Amino acid sequence: MCLAVPARIVELMDDRGVADAMGNRWSVRTTLLPDVQVGDIVLIHAGFAIATVDEEEARKTWELFAEIAEFQERQAPSSKEEGTV
Amino acid sequence: MLERVDKAKKQIHNTVDALGRSVNIMEVCGTHTVAIFRSGIRSALPESVKLLSGPGCPVCVTDQGYIDTVMDLAAREDCLIATYGDMIRVPGKNGSLETMNRSNVHVVLSSDDAVQLACAHPDKTVVFVAVGFETTTPATAVAVMTAEKMDLSNFCILSAHKLVVPAMQALLSDTKNKIDAFLCPGHVSVIIGSDAYRPVVEQFSRPCVVAGFEPVQVMEGIAEICRQLADESPQVKSLYSAVVTAQGNTRAWELIEAYFEPYDGPWRGLGCIPNGTLRLKRQYKRFDALVRFGIEEIPKEEPNGCLCGQVLCGLINPPQCGLFDAVCTPDTPVGPCMVSSEGACSAWYKYGRRGKVHHD
Repeated sequence: MCLAVPARIVELMDDRGVADAMGNRWSVRTTLLPDVQVGDIVLIHAGFAIATVDEEEARKTWELFAEIAEFQERQAPSSKEEGTV
Repeated sequence: MLERVDKAKKQIHNTVDALGRSVNIMEVCGTHTVAIFRSGIRSALPESVKLLSGPGCPVCVTDQGYIDTVMDLAAREDCLIATYGDMIRVPGKNGSLETMNRSNVHVVLSSDDAVQLACAHPDKTVVFVAVGFETTTPATAVAVMTAEKMDLSNFCILSAHKLVVPAMQALLSDTKNKIDAFLCPGHVSVIIGSDAYRPVVEQFSRPCVVAGFEPVQVMEGIAEICRQLADESPQVKSLYSAVVTAQGNTRAWELIEAYFEPYDGPWRGLGCIPNGTLRLKRQYKRFDALVRFGIEEIPKEEPNGCLCGQVLCGLINPPQCGLFDAVCTPDTPVGPCMVSSEGACSAWYKYGRRGKVHHD
């Protein structure tokens, strides 16, 4: 539940927007980051943007997620993962 | 990257050799626990550095009485339950939300989805299962704010929101504790800011180091902790400066403080922690499920034989519980630490049974 994902804000209307991470898009709220703009990369946690991050930091995390996904497939193919929020 | 890991590893070995005693470091956050296992960090550490999993998994610290209350509400015809996915497999008195197989249990990815659910079902009352630390609490505050603005009368929350720092203080106040330092949670710190740990350092003289979830940062965090212990200079230090500031997200804090107030609420395994749990302020009680349904929440005992409480306090490692890997497995969990993917028991079960790990 404590996991947050960096994503780019690609649409924004007031405090409701759409975020994109590695091609996945979903609705987010930016209520906690009043100054955020389209194009900013933010850390999304449980549907809310909680901090802005730079491109380099986001890229490192996206790479790490890809690695973890690969590792999980290799190590524990039968285990169920709950939706991390 | 590898050089940084090697450098941190050497630093850890050198400082611990010089210290000449074992070092117990508690990683407060469940995501750190999982990251540590996945990356094999334990096997890179000297035997004398012990990592203890702390009370940082929100599912794990949620009291049994709360779980049973959610189950009672889920059994009502007039309620819809909106919950994060992590909670649906936690065993209550009569199975779990998942095994109840009720069509009124909805998994949501955001508190906002719970508000939308209430808008779409005006004939039912939506109860949002509001669990989690400072990362999820602002989202719940926004949901209540949104419901308030919309004058949405069929939305309420059942709050078990927790505060991290009071839990750390409670653990250190227990004379049985063996914690030398804390590896502080990454994303909670984004909200509360690294300065929030100052009282822990000032009151208990324990290093508090914030790290991200990359293996190299975890190793560097452990190295920094060992250095502070060797120098006898406990401090607050953030290695996660990319997103963690000293003050945190002030807007998020304003919202938490506007809608919630701390009280001495129950934690699984830790009892009632002074000012460790959040409830809605008096003026927002109409959004409080306890008030709406006239429920008196009573803390409950943990399931028979389950030692999740001791695991959460860092007193034992999961394999020391008699139920672990016997009757309690991820497919048939008895306690919440085996249910949540971020729980210590689940992490030990998945990753700790392979290769070299310290079982003491």
